[in-house]
Amino acid sequence: MNKTDVLIIGAGPTGLFCAHQLGIIGLTCEIVDNLDKAGGQCIELYPDKPIYDIPAIPQCTGEELTNNLLKQIKPFNFNFHLNQRVEELKKVNDRWHVKTNDNKEFDVSSIVIAGGVGSFEPRKFPVKECEKFEGNSLFYSVKDKTIFKDKTISIFGGGDSALDWAIELSNTSKVNLIHRRDGFSGMEASVQKVKELNDQGKINLYTKYQLHSVVGEDKINSVKIKHDEGEVKEIKSDYVLGFFGLIMQLGPILDWGLNIDKKKVEVNTENFETNINGIFAIGDICSYPGKLKLILSGFHEGALAARGCFKYAKPDEKLRFEFTTTSKAAQERLGIKND
Amino acid sequence: MPKITYRTQDGKIHMIDVQNGLTVMEGAIQNDIPGIDADCGGGMSCATCHVYVDEEWLDKLPVKEDGEEDMLDMAFEPKKNSRLSCQLIVSDTLDGLVVNIPSKQG
Repeated sequence: MNKTDVLIIGAGPTGLFCAHQLGIIGLTCEIVDNLDKAGGQCIELYPDKPIYDIPAIPQCTGEELTNNLLKQIKPFNFNFHLNQRVEELKKVNDRWHVKTNDNKEFDVSSIVIAGGVGSFEPRKFPVKECEKFEGNSLFYSVKDKTIFKDKTISIFGGGDSALDWAIELSNTSKVNLIHRRDGFSGMEASVQKVKELNDQGKINLYTKYQLHSVVGEDKINSVKIKHDEGEVKEIKSDYVLGFFGLIMQLGPILDWGLNIDKKKVEVNTENFETNINGIFAIGDICSYPGKLKLILSGFHEGALAARGCFKYAKPDEKLRFEFTTTSKAAQERLGIKND
Repeated sequence: MPKITYRTQDGKIHMIDVQNGLTVMEGAIQNDIPGIDADCGGGMSCATCHVYVDEEWLDKLPVKEDGEEDMLDMAFEPKKNSRLSCQLIVSDTLDGLVVNIPSKQG
């Protein structure tokens, strides 16, 4: 059990800056995120796209913003728990006990939900019977590539993941790459490589085809793919890989008794607390009159929520307002040495 | 004001007056039309405002930018008449547009 003042759910820009604000006022926190890295939508949806509306930063990419926020909270040494999705919530006396899908447990005085539009999950095939084979011969990510050796793999998608895996696996497996159109969204160099491998017969490329159905009993034997014009082809496949990016799902938070409207958590604008005492929501996931889905609004919300957490973490102390330019305590927490 | 028709999976027809300059996605969100999620808020980054445009409108719409086609690769059951509704800006020329909302957004 990790005991700390605050649990932040979501390591996007809003969650990261809220952690900074907690650190400045002398509170501790642990940060959980379902992705394998910090940054949230900034890193998952647009790491290379420039952002132009962060105050005092004329232009930066999602990745640069994330790296700078991480640098800003480094002095506090807060722990990150990545690849974890928060599942269970329990009130124990005045504290909250939270458990993740990986059985990590937290004992905290308050919770800040900075979950964006939910946790990222792989997008799946629309074909219903795919569920039956998921995790056995159909996957949305590669954990152990050795299982594909000398097998026939059908890869679906046109982005970098699909192209990179098609290239990589073509060394040891027979690879079919199936994509819904002639154009690809992956890097041009990878597209060229795939086309070369196709010409050499090392990859079978099928464009303007999509998955129609999967055939097999316990495991997949073949897939049927359908052309834009209606023609259906059956191709032998031991394994199927689908790479359609990620989608955001609100998940178990829906069952926590929070007031939720249109997938957003309702909060007050004084400290961004929800209808449940001690649970705050900030960033894209919260809603209030006038809500703007901008990163800068998330920063403001995080600063106020951090102060809202103070009374739960230190009920007998009074929080004094201070500036980081002059506060000795804040500077000490930041590890700044004043001689 | 241009009228945009949203046809949902259950066959319901929602005919809505949408102000010029708003997107077809915003018209749906502001009027609580079910089935359009628009998770990223209109940034062409999520493919959860996916719609199927009625065939006769396909040529009358502004051409897709590269990024839109890339995102449609991620959409649930993309077809030839797939568009992201956040990229369709309402104007008088779109008066009468009919879009069909897919069974799922992801």
